[in-house]
Amino acid sequence: MKTRTFLAFVAPSLLMMLVFIATPLVSVFLQSFYEKRTVFQQVTVENCTPGFLTQTCTKETRSVPKLGPDGKPETVTSFVGLDVYRRLIEPTKIAAAFSPGGGGWADIAKIDFWKALRFTLTFTLITLPLVVGLGLAIALAVNSISKMWRGPVIFATLLPFIITPVIGALSIRWLFLGDGILTRLIEWAISRDVSMFAQGWTIEVMMIIYKVWHVVPFAFVVFYAALQTLDRDTLESAIVDGASRLERLRYVVLPHLQPLILFVALIHLMDSYRVFDEVVGFSSQAHVISLQYLTYSFLTPDETGNRAIARASASSMLTMVGIVILLTPLLLRTWRDQRSKR
Amino acid sequence: MSETRAFRQPPALKLLVWVFLAIWLVIAIFPFFWVGLMSVRAPVDALSADPLRVLAGPTTFEHYREVWVTHGFWRNFLNSIMVTAGVVTISLTVGTLAGYGLARSGSNLAFWLLIIALVFRALPHSVLVTGYLPPFLASRDLLLPLWEMPVVGSILKLFSANPPSLYGQPWAIILVLVAINQPFTIWMMRAFFQNIPSELDEAARVDGCTHLEAFVRVIMPVMWPGVITTGLFSFLLAYNDYLVTALLLDTQSQTMVPGISQFLNRDTKASDQIEAIAAAVSITAPLFVLVLVFQRQIVSGLTAGAVKG
Repeated sequence: MKTRTFLAFVAPSLLMMLVFIATPLVSVFLQSFYEKRTVFQQVTVENCTPGFLTQTCTKETRSVPKLGPDGKPETVTSFVGLDVYRRLIEPTKIAAAFSPGGGGWADIAKIDFWKALRFTLTFTLITLPLVVGLGLAIALAVNSISKMWRGPVIFATLLPFIITPVIGALSIRWLFLGDGILTRLIEWAISRDVSMFAQGWTIEVMMIIYKVWHVVPFAFVVFYAALQTLDRDTLESAIVDGASRLERLRYVVLPHLQPLILFVALIHLMDSYRVFDEVVGFSSQAHVISLQYLTYSFLTPDETGNRAIARASASSMLTMVGIVILLTPLLLRTWRDQRSKR
Repeated sequence: MSETRAFRQPPALKLLVWVFLAIWLVIAIFPFFWVGLMSVRAPVDALSADPLRVLAGPTTFEHYREVWVTHGFWRNFLNSIMVTAGVVTISLTVGTLAGYGLARSGSNLAFWLLIIALVFRALPHSVLVTGYLPPFLASRDLLLPLWEMPVVGSILKLFSANPPSLYGQPWAIILVLVAINQPFTIWMMRAFFQNIPSELDEAARVDGCTHLEAFVRVIMPVMWPGVITTGLFSFLLAYNDYLVTALLLDTQSQTMVPGISQFLNRDTKASDQIEAIAAAVSITAPLFVLVLVFQRQIVSGLTAGAVKG
């Protein structure tokens, strides 16, 4: 295909990605260095109260927002360099936390950005092996049952995957909320009262359980499909050679699945790093927030209707740096694979 | 067949497999079952500490009526349909063309485009929304010069007297969601087109068709399975989105998923929570039907990207 024809085919898609992905990226990058501030002016006011013989007058200087011609506070947008980033990362507080008398990690966990980063990374890295392992186990199990049962089992397994993430998280939350059935179950098992929403770690555990429940079907389907293409001759010769079930799994099945395990890992890293709907669904913002939620909270208007665009931009940039670092090894691999295929 | 005997599992293992699968199936289905039950019970029963009352309490559809009629959830439903239909249509049109081009071109350019698309696929959506929000809010002022231009302006004024505000406009959200979805769509469509032998369109080219004609006459008739599958995933993305729609749409044009927050934030009466549950079930029901009808396509879609890479 000639380059011109190729370009004609991809042009609409390319244009959309340029306008709606590349351009916003550049503008977010620029926005993170500029901050919109309200202009304040010094106003001297003389307050007089009636008194005997003379009035009692006090003069005071106050800074008040300067109003523009339309009656709204005037604002200026100025270049602030790395100021916004500094306020997000708070290097001084980090230094203080680790200097003698500081609170160490506990202090850092109080800063919103680090709190969000900590949760996002824990969430991503804990769910990853669980999703891969459980997906593999279910795929192997389904692959070994008779064909008649596979259809219904696959149908039931797909259900958690297609549910809207916010709704799925909400549903799991309702099962635990108050006297919810699962809370009752735990109380019955350990015979004491529990409150699943009173502390951060129980909420985190529930979010992880929810995420695994939600994503395992995806890993399952990918692995299951790959098991269908597994070469039966290789397996049979392994049996002839006297390989046990476990050895066959280790030396025949797993190597066959290895590229797909990488694929699932890549997609899961991308998706779970985006953790956001879970925070909304579990209303966990008081205890636990994620990086995307941090940006979201900057973007939602506060009581005065202002949105902290500069801080949202800075936290967006940092979020992006994080995912790029996390994915670099896997992306390089995909790049090499695609290259060698051509 | 004597070989298959070697594959047969010992009874203990067989039992283990079934116990494991049974546990998983219960975990997979139980939340749907229980939340569905809660939605048709009166608050006293649904929130009761006694599971039997949830199981066997009297059935009522009062909460659904409240949600759909009293609180006007049908409006959110219509918005959802509009946004989803728009995203699926545009995303497929644009993505199919690009996917075909990428599958048939072995050039370096195509390769780099795919790698960049993969990086775009990884971007958290909040990053993009941060980029959209300021121009969306200020779009009326930003677009004004266009409307004041001599020739272009008079044409644009035929459509609307003033430049539109992009904030809260469903069609603007449709474009945004299509763009966010593009990287995924083109990878998937490319995988499907690679499965269609290129001899097919080459034969058409020998017969004197241009690339576009070959695409329309030869490829389009055989590409529908891929299109349906990719369409399903575009549908899921648009339908399930919370972040983008919550920030860029106003209450009037809100879709169902962010619309559910109106039931959550009122948590003052016991019935409010059950109404939220009824709304959640209403959102899930169409998806349920979707899996029922399109199970095969969803499975093939999940594996298309993986197996063909």
